[in-house]
Amino acid sequence: MTRETAINLLLAALLLALPLIAAGMGEPFYVTLATRVVVLALAAVGLNLALGLGGLLSFGHAAFFGLGGYAAGILATHAFNAEPLFAGIPGTTSMPLIWLVAIAVAGLVALPIGAISLRTTGVYFIMITLAFAQMIYYFAISWPAYGGEDGLSIYVRNSFPGLNTAQPLPYFLICFVVLMAALLAFRLIEGSRFGSALQAARQNGVRLAAVGIPPFKVRLVAFVLSAMITGLAGALYADLNRFVGPSMLSWHMSGELMVLIILGGKGRLFGPVAGAMIFVCLEYVLGGITERWQFFLGLILLGIVLFARGGFLGLLSGKPRHV
Amino acid sequence: MSEPILEIRDLQKSFNALKATDGVSLDLKPGQIHALIGPNGAGKSTLIHQIAGSLKADSGTIRFLGQDIGGLDMAARARLGLARSFQISSLAQEFSALRNVMLAVQAKEGSSFRFFRQVTSDRSLIDPAMAMLERVGLAHRANAPAAELSHGERRQLEIAIALALQPKAFLFDEPMAGMGPEGSKQLTTFLDRLRHEAPMLLVEHDMDAVFALADRISVLVYGRIIASGTVDEIRRDPEVRRAYLGEAA
Repeated sequence: MTRETAINLLLAALLLALPLIAAGMGEPFYVTLATRVVVLALAAVGLNLALGLGGLLSFGHAAFFGLGGYAAGILATHAFNAEPLFAGIPGTTSMPLIWLVAIAVAGLVALPIGAISLRTTGVYFIMITLAFAQMIYYFAISWPAYGGEDGLSIYVRNSFPGLNTAQPLPYFLICFVVLMAALLAFRLIEGSRFGSALQAARQNGVRLAAVGIPPFKVRLVAFVLSAMITGLAGALYADLNRFVGPSMLSWHMSGELMVLIILGGKGRLFGPVAGAMIFVCLEYVLGGITERWQFFLGLILLGIVLFARGGFLGLLSGKPRHV
Repeated sequence: MSEPILEIRDLQKSFNALKATDGVSLDLKPGQIHALIGPNGAGKSTLIHQIAGSLKADSGTIRFLGQDIGGLDMAARARLGLARSFQISSLAQEFSALRNVMLAVQAKEGSSFRFFRQVTSDRSLIDPAMAMLERVGLAHRANAPAAELSHGERRQLEIAIALALQPKAFLFDEPMAGMGPEGSKQLTTFLDRLRHEAPMLLVEHDMDAVFALADRISVLVYGRIIASGTVDEIRRDPEVRRAYLGEAA
């Protein structure tokens, strides 16, 4: 077992144990805080596929996060009001169904966005993904049917067969299992033939094309997969807060996801998890002391970018090796 | 006479006022090594780029295995069986030498959209890749990241990758550059045998290697082919001697 694997296991155990203990001590607030860590980590696992493995600096992943959130909110609202969605199709409050819709919507929207954005590279790619996300953001603000600027409340958290999702702990466990499944998928993809091609596309796209693998196609598939995971996280986030609003779609959210990855370690399996743990802890601890806690987040980020490119995991476990 | 594998007709490419390729025509036939020589800036690499698909020609045709490939991108041409090495090595720097070759093996199999089976335990990728590294004499460095290989080793790795594609033609852009006399000699022997697997368009400055290997030589000066013929014809050609070879030949 490598050092990084040991640290990963420790992080996973910590993330599972703390809310269990908190729930045992009758402190549901900390369970909810841990759920926030898990859901943000999941969203960042999605981005990590594009950014970490593929080197695609998407500054528009809030779009997929928000779309996943709105998928949950809209389906739940229609089910709650007993109004059909369209053409007689009813809404639903079943999480598994909502997740499928969120994944599908995020993927379907990511396909054209990726197909256009991936024709550019570097700073243009960053800007064009940002532009697409902002388009969707302003669309959500100006569409009164689903709350517009005020967002959409989910009055009762959606249901999962056999579990009482209204309780913080069962909902945490659902999210935790989804995160672990996503991490497993990430690990499998990273080590697969597709993962090889994707990482080669990041390292040297010309080399990839020279052996006959089209970099554009590889990047596009990665971008869509990445959006699907982030979309799923959005649906979970909406259910966590029982609310979805345009802020989930804003560029701040895209930036936050990037920050999580840089904090934790870009391209590393548990980078997003470590990043989300640090981020939420800072937000809670520093945020309790001063409203300007993001100033200190900025300082930490600066330190990491200057002195520890591998993020928190890079500091602890050294350089990754591809054998 | 056998049909040419690669057939280039009247290729033109300009960068603003500079004519980098000016009506180039040449054929590459089965079993042949066709060397492309010429002074620096003559447009040799530009020509290789156009054949491989990393640059688009302004006009003219490139036929490969009887098919016009002018409209295909680099990846599509590689899949048809056109393998190239780069003048400045172009590798996946973080990957080990072995994984660089494994990437070529999976590309050859056309199986890059598989998401579950792990490559690090996939014998159908590792074994052929290892065999290619052994052929070029790089097996002992299989697990070294490409970034840590020496200049000569990177050149060997480029050739191993090209071999793994089992191509119908090789495009080698100065494979001997910076190799040292011993390395050049070994590579010359190696390329000499390789011609039986696929013909080769070889850009090279090392004249000993070119004269030892080439079946045909084309001399490129200012984007034009000023002479094309066998080694002896080129050695005797007065215009070539004046333009390029000097008294050394």
